[in-house]
Amino acid sequence: MSKFELNAEKITKVFGRRLIFKDVDFACKENGIYGISGPNGSGKSTFLKIITGIISPTKGKLTHSFEGKIIEAEQLHNFVGYVAPYVILYDEFSAVENIHFFSKIRGITFTQEKFDFLFQHFGLFDRKDDLVKGYSSGMKQRLKFIFALIHSPKILFFDEPTSNLDNSGKEKVYQTVKEESRDNIVIIASNEDSDLALCSSVLELQNFKIEKR
Amino acid sequence: MSAYALFKKDLASEIRTRYAVNSLIMFIVVTISVILFSIGNEKISDFLSGGLFWVVIFFSAMSGLSRAFVSEEERGTTLTLQLIASPTTIFSGKLFFNLILVFAMNIIIALLYSALFNSFVLKNFHLFLYAFILGNIGIAIASTLIASIIAKASSKGTLYPVLSFPILLPLMLTLIDLTKQAMDGTTFQSSYVELAILGCYDVVMIAASFMLFDFIWKD
Repeated sequence: MSKFELNAEKITKVFGRRLIFKDVDFACKENGIYGISGPNGSGKSTFLKIITGIISPTKGKLTHSFEGKIIEAEQLHNFVGYVAPYVILYDEFSAVENIHFFSKIRGITFTQEKFDFLFQHFGLFDRKDDLVKGYSSGMKQRLKFIFALIHSPKILFFDEPTSNLDNSGKEKVYQTVKEESRDNIVIIASNEDSDLALCSSVLELQNFKIEKR
Repeated sequence: MSAYALFKKDLASEIRTRYAVNSLIMFIVVTISVILFSIGNEKISDFLSGGLFWVVIFFSAMSGLSRAFVSEEERGTTLTLQLIASPTTIFSGKLFFNLILVFAMNIIIALLYSALFNSFVLKNFHLFLYAFILGNIGIAIASTLIASIIAKASSKGTLYPVLSFPILLPLMLTLIDLTKQAMDGTTFQSSYVELAILGCYDVVMIAASFMLFDFIWKD
C-alpha cells in the first residue's frame, strides 16, 4: 500500500492577462480515483500539468510526499504516470524502443514479465516491434498507458484517458484504473460520464474555481 | 547515466531522421564553395583566412545546433521528456549530443578548409588545437542553452542567430585572434591570456546554463 500524498494550496494560474483559475485547493491523501471535470477551456489540463510539476503555478504551494518524506521536484517524474492527448511518443522508434529508451533515461529497470503483461493487456504485443509512425491513434493511446505504467508510478494522471479508443480499449482502461487505484492515487480529467463514473469524488473546475460535486 | 541514455536516444533518432546532419553537411559544403568562388584567384591574407574559418563555423552551428530542442518542440515530445527526466538530465544529454555534433562538424570544416585554402597554414598547431577544443566546447554550451530558449518561439530560425550573436561574439573574437596567432607561430606563453579567456568563457557558460535551464525548461 503506497502512502503518496498530494497537496495543492491556493493554486492560481495566469497566462499573460488571462486568469485560468484562482486560489484552488486540491488534496489527495488516500489511494483512490479522483475526477476533475469542467467545460472546454476551463483549465483542466493546465491544472493537471501544475499538480504534476510540469509547469509552475503563478501563485500557490504544491507538495508531493511519499511515506512522509517530501519529494524533491528533481525526483518527482519517477513517481508520476501521465496519459494525455498531448503526450507524444517518438514516431521514428518502435513501441519497444520507445519504452526501453524511456526506462533507461528514467534510470529504472523493469521485469520482462511486466513488460510482456502490459503489451498483452493493451493488445499491442504482436505490433510491439513496429514503428510508432505506423500506429493508429487508438494504438498510440494504448502505448501511452504502457509508457505511464511501466515504471510502477505512485500517482497516475489520466487526461481524457479514453479518447481515440474503441470499446475494448475503454474496457482495458477502466480495468487498469480500478486495479491501479487499489495501491495508488489515480486522477482523471475528463468530461465523459463513463470516465467520471469511476471516481469517488469529482471536482468541477468552473468560474476560475474548483467546486466539489 | 540517464543523461547518457538521453544522448543515445538522440543519436539513434538522428541516425534515423538525419534531422541535423543533413542540414549541417549541406551548409558546410555551400558556405565553403561560396567563399571559394568569391575569392577566385585572389590571394587572401592569413588573418582573413583565419577569420573566414570561424565565420563558416559560426553559421554552420547556427544551421544545425538548435535542432537539439527545436526538434523536440516541433514533434511535440517536449512534455514527454519533462515526464521522464529532471531538467539537469535533459540539459546534460542535449549538451553531450551537441558537443559530439560540434566536434564532428568542425573537424570536417577544418579538414576541408586546410585542403582548399592555401593561405590557411598553422605554424603553431598545438596552440590552434587548444583554441579549437576550448572554442568548440564554448560553442556547444552556448548554442544548447540558446536553443532551449528559442525552441518555444514562433520565429525560431531568425531568433537563433540573432540571440547567439552577442553571446558568441566574445568567444569568436578570441578564437579569431588565437587562430591568427597560431598562423603567425606565436608561442603558448604569449597566448596565455586568450586561452584563459576561452577557459573562463566555458566555465561561466556551463555554470549559467545549469542555473538557468530549470526556469527555461519549466515555463
